[in-house]
Amino acid sequence: MTATTQDPGVAAASARSSRPKRALPPLTPKLLIGLVIAGSIILFGILGPFFVGDPRAVNNVGLAGPAEGYLLGTTQTGQDVFAQLAYATRGSLTVGLIVGVLTLFLSAFFGIVGAYFGGWLDESFSLFSNVMLVIPGLPLVIIISSYVPEKSLLLVAVVLSITGWAGSARVLRGFTLSVRNRDYVAAARVSGERPLRILGVEILPNLVPLLASQVVFAVIFAILGEAGLSFLGLGAADSFTWGTMLYFAQNGLALRLGAWWWFVPPGLLIALFGAALALINFSIDEIINPRLRSQTRASRKTWKISKSELHAAKESVL
Amino acid sequence: MKYILQKLGFYLVAFWAALTVNFFLPRLLPGNPVDIMLSRLAQRGPVSPEAREAVELMLGTNTDAPLVVQYWQYLGKLFSFDLGTSVAYFPASVTDIIGQTLPWTIGLIGIATVISFVIGVTLGTLAGWKRGSWLDNLIPVTTMLQSVPYFWLALILLFVLGGMWQIFPINGGDNVYETNPGWGWDFIGSVIYYGTLPALTIVISSVGGWMLGMRNMMVSTLSDDYILTAEAKGLRPMRIMTTYAARNAVLPSVAGFAISLGFVVAGSIVTEAVFSYPGIGSALLNAVGNNDYSLMQGLFLVITLSVLGANLLVDLLYSFIDPRTRARS
Repeated sequence: MTATTQDPGVAAASARSSRPKRALPPLTPKLLIGLVIAGSIILFGILGPFFVGDPRAVNNVGLAGPAEGYLLGTTQTGQDVFAQLAYATRGSLTVGLIVGVLTLFLSAFFGIVGAYFGGWLDESFSLFSNVMLVIPGLPLVIIISSYVPEKSLLLVAVVLSITGWAGSARVLRGFTLSVRNRDYVAAARVSGERPLRILGVEILPNLVPLLASQVVFAVIFAILGEAGLSFLGLGAADSFTWGTMLYFAQNGLALRLGAWWWFVPPGLLIALFGAALALINFSIDEIINPRLRSQTRASRKTWKISKSELHAAKESVL
Repeated sequence: MKYILQKLGFYLVAFWAALTVNFFLPRLLPGNPVDIMLSRLAQRGPVSPEAREAVELMLGTNTDAPLVVQYWQYLGKLFSFDLGTSVAYFPASVTDIIGQTLPWTIGLIGIATVISFVIGVTLGTLAGWKRGSWLDNLIPVTTMLQSVPYFWLALILLFVLGGMWQIFPINGGDNVYETNPGWGWDFIGSVIYYGTLPALTIVISSVGGWMLGMRNMMVSTLSDDYILTAEAKGLRPMRIMTTYAARNAVLPSVAGFAISLGFVVAGSIVTEAVFSYPGIGSALLNAVGNNDYSLMQGLFLVITLSVLGANLLVDLLYSFIDPRTRARS
C-alpha cells in the first residue's frame, strides 16, 4: 500500500478544487476566448448593419483595396465589402439561430421523449432518426433547393435543420436511456409524479449540458452548410450571408485578381465563429464528462513523494 | 446472427425510405420541373404546346395515373436499373453517367477518408496519452481548421499551390475523356495526380474531428482502473498505450467513421465543384444547373446507396471488433 500512498494534504486539496461548485462551466481561458470571439461576432451581426451604408450601393471604385472610407475595400462593382460583411454576418447568424432552435426541438422530441416512454414509441422514433441519419444531408438539401426556385433564408434554415437533427437525437436518446434508469427517477415515478413532470423536472436538467453542446454543433454545421449551399449558388436568393458573399467573390474572380479583402474576411469570420463555438463546446464537454476535467494520468505522474516522506509513511504504517 | 439480421432489416427500411423520399420529393415540392424547364426554354424563344408535351414525356410526368400506381412503376423501373435518360449529358443514360463518375469519387473520397481517419486517430492517441503536451494543445487549432469552410480552404490552397507555385493542377481530372475508369495504372495514376490536392483539403478539414474524438476517448480510457493496474505491473508504456488504451478508445471512432461517411460524401460535392473534379458531386451540380431531374434522382439514389452500404459494412465489422454489440442486441 505504501507505494501508492499519496500526501493526504495534496489529495484533499485536489479533491476540494475539482469539486464542481456550480452548474456553469469554470471560466477557463478556452471558454473565455470562445465567449469573447463569439460574443463580438454576434454583436457585430446585431449592431453592424445600423452603422454601415447600403451594402448594395454601387459606385465607381471597383476592386479597391482597404483604404480610407472603405474599411475592407470594395467589390468588383464598387460595393462596400465591410457593409456587406455586416449584413452577411447578420444573415448567417440568423440561419444559425433558426437551425439551432429547430434542432433543439426536433432532437429533444425524437431523442428524449422516445427514450423516456420506451416501447414501440421509442422503437419507431429511434428507427426514424436512424433512417434520417443515414440519408445523406447535403445532397438532399441540394435537390430540395433545386426544386424551389425562390428561396428565403427561412426556407434554407428549415431545410438544413430537417436534414441535420438526427445525429443529436441519437446522442440524446443514448443519454436519456441511462438517466431514465437511475434510482431517483424510479423513486419519482413511485411517488406518483406525472410523466411530463418527471421528464421536465427530473430528467431534462441532467440533459442541459448535452443539449447545449448539441445545439452549438448544430449552429456550426448550419452556418457551414448554408455557406456551402450558397457557394454552389443554391442558397437564399437576394439576402446577404457569408456564403453568398463568397459566391459572388468567387464568381468575380476575387482570388485571381488578388482581391483578398473580398474573399478572405467572410471565410475567416466563419472559421473564427466556428472555432469560438468549438472552444465553448470544449468547456461544456468537461461538464458532461468529468473524466476530461480532473485527475488525469498526467496529474497522477506529478504526485511525487520524497524519500523522507516515504520513510515517514513507512514508519507510520509499521 | 440475430444482430446481423436486425442490421440488414434496418438498412432495408432505410433504403426503402430513401427510395420513397426520392419519389415523393419532386411531386410534393412547389416547383414543377416541367414548368422550370419550359421557362428556361422560353427565354430562348417561344415554346409550342408540342414542346411541353415532349418535355412531359421525357420527365415522365405525362401520366394521369394515381400516385400509388406511379410509385409502383418507379420501383419496378429501379429494379431493372432503368433510371431514365440524362438531359444534361444527352443522350447518355443516367446509369452510364453514374458508372463514369462514381469511380472518381470513390477514389478521391476513399483515399482522403482513410488517410484522415488514420492520421486523426494516431495523433489523437498521442495527444490523449500525453495530455497537456504540445500536441494536445494543438487540438483547438485543428478544430478551428475543421470549422473553416471546405471550399474556402480549398480555394485558398488551390490559389497558393496551384496558381502561385504550380505544384498541382488547377482543375482536376482534365483528361477524363482519355482515361477510362478501370483498374489500369492509367486510371489510378490519374486519380492520384488530380486527387492529391482535393484529398489534402478534405484531410486538413476533417482530421481535427477524429483527433478530438480519439483524444477524449483516450483520456477517459486512461483513467480506468485497468490502465493503472497495467502501469503497476510495469508494462512498457508503448504497450499500455497501444494494446491497452488505444484499442478500447478507438471503438467510438470506428462507429463514427460510418456516420461520417455521409458527411464526407456531402463535402465532396463542394470539393468537386471547386476542383472541377469529374465525380458524382460535379455531375449532381451539373444536373441541378440543367434541371436534369432524372439524373438528380439517380445520383441521389447512388449516393444514398453508397452511404447505406458503407454504414452496413462498418456495422458488421463493428460487431466483430466489439463483441458487446452482439451480446446487447
